[in-house]
Amino acid sequence: MAAGSDSRHQSPRLATLGVRFLLLCGLSITLLIVDQRENHLTTLRRALSAAVYPLRAAVDAPVTFWHWINDTTTSRNVLLLENSRLRTERLLTQARLQRYAALEAENARLRALLEATGRVRDRVRVAEIMSVSPNPFRHSIVIDKGTRDDVYDGQAIVNANGVVGQIMNTGLLSAQGLLISDPDHALPVVVNRTGLRTIAVGTGEFDRLDLPFLPNNADIQEGDLLVTSGLGGGFPAGYPVAVINKIKRIPARSFAEVSAEPVAALNQLREVMLIWSAEPTTDSKVSNE
Amino acid sequence: MSNDRASRRVPILITIVVALMLAIAPLPDWATSFRPNWVALALIYWSMNLPRTYSIGHAWLIGIVLDVAHGTLLGQHALALTFIVYLTIKFHLRLRLYPVSQMALTIIPLLGLYEFLLFWINGVTGIHAPLTTYWGPVLTSALLWPLVTLILRTVPYRTHASYL
Repeated sequence: MAAGSDSRHQSPRLATLGVRFLLLCGLSITLLIVDQRENHLTTLRRALSAAVYPLRAAVDAPVTFWHWINDTTTSRNVLLLENSRLRTERLLTQARLQRYAALEAENARLRALLEATGRVRDRVRVAEIMSVSPNPFRHSIVIDKGTRDDVYDGQAIVNANGVVGQIMNTGLLSAQGLLISDPDHALPVVVNRTGLRTIAVGTGEFDRLDLPFLPNNADIQEGDLLVTSGLGGGFPAGYPVAVINKIKRIPARSFAEVSAEPVAALNQLREVMLIWSAEPTTDSKVSNE
Repeated sequence: MSNDRASRRVPILITIVVALMLAIAPLPDWATSFRPNWVALALIYWSMNLPRTYSIGHAWLIGIVLDVAHGTLLGQHALALTFIVYLTIKFHLRLRLYPVSQMALTIIPLLGLYEFLLFWINGVTGIHAPLTTYWGPVLTSALLWPLVTLILRTVPYRTHASYL
């Protein structure tokens, strides 16, 4: 109304406002539908995410700078202390690794006896987290490795303690990963003690996963470790996921209410590891079926 | 002429880039659902004061950038930003007369619409979150509006010759 009263002075840009508004709305809705239904926009998204990369880098710069300042100004004493601590830690891990090596050899021998295919070690690479999702309904992270480093959609992300999530979108220099705690994420797992297969579903809380498909009489206990089963296709088998911390059996219902706490502290991540499974071809076949 | 335009645009572009950076900057867990809508606030300010220079086309492009940065469906933030910038430009003569406090109150329905559009698209695509979690950004944005105007008022820009 107010704008209409001085239409004599209006520039052509303002006069066509309504038309442009409708055009842009139509364009947005088309984009939304195409993006939701198909995967044609992956390349567009990839190109745009390369354009957004400088923004992310700029946001990340103060943190990186702070780390750098911290690293360069640590006193000699602190460094010496840390050095000795790391040395003892290394000794301990090496001792543990020796046992592991023997076990691995035994495992390989037994597998050979069973004429099963030998397991190849997964290739692993460390990636740094550039940002976590600013969207509170989406538990996702952005890491500093992209298609340039052979990152692919659906790739498993772990950290030193256990499974973190999987890659959702890849850009040239960065990739977006979905955490296992996202409400849209489900992960096939097995109970390590019994070999019972089930599915762990994200809840939207960083410290809880739900196991909605366990019957009341399932053999589970609090403290049971869940590891990836590798049956979904995307994840390699045998990585720890979560520890069962609450079981509620309700006789009137057919399924028990079971929740588990992820072993990786999902809201305290700084670095993660990407896993290249040894046999991606058979895996992708499984997931296509 | 082109030099004139550039000198007018660069400072404004910088404010928008800063708003985008604030929109993706990491925040502690409890604060993420209260993150003010920096980009929307900056766009409302500029489209209200310079409706001929900054228009819904820019808002749409910035929305697409925001979609990529947030990892949402392409077009979601673009549609929401287009809506509120359209309304702002439509009523810019009236809005400009409002004192800051009244404008801060006007921000509430504008950003309410913005959040509702996001909520709606999320709901259609199957991401369900309680409606109450969408209120945080609206309230903090309205509270921060006076501060935003105070800061953006110091940005040097030259108005259109035919502005009056």
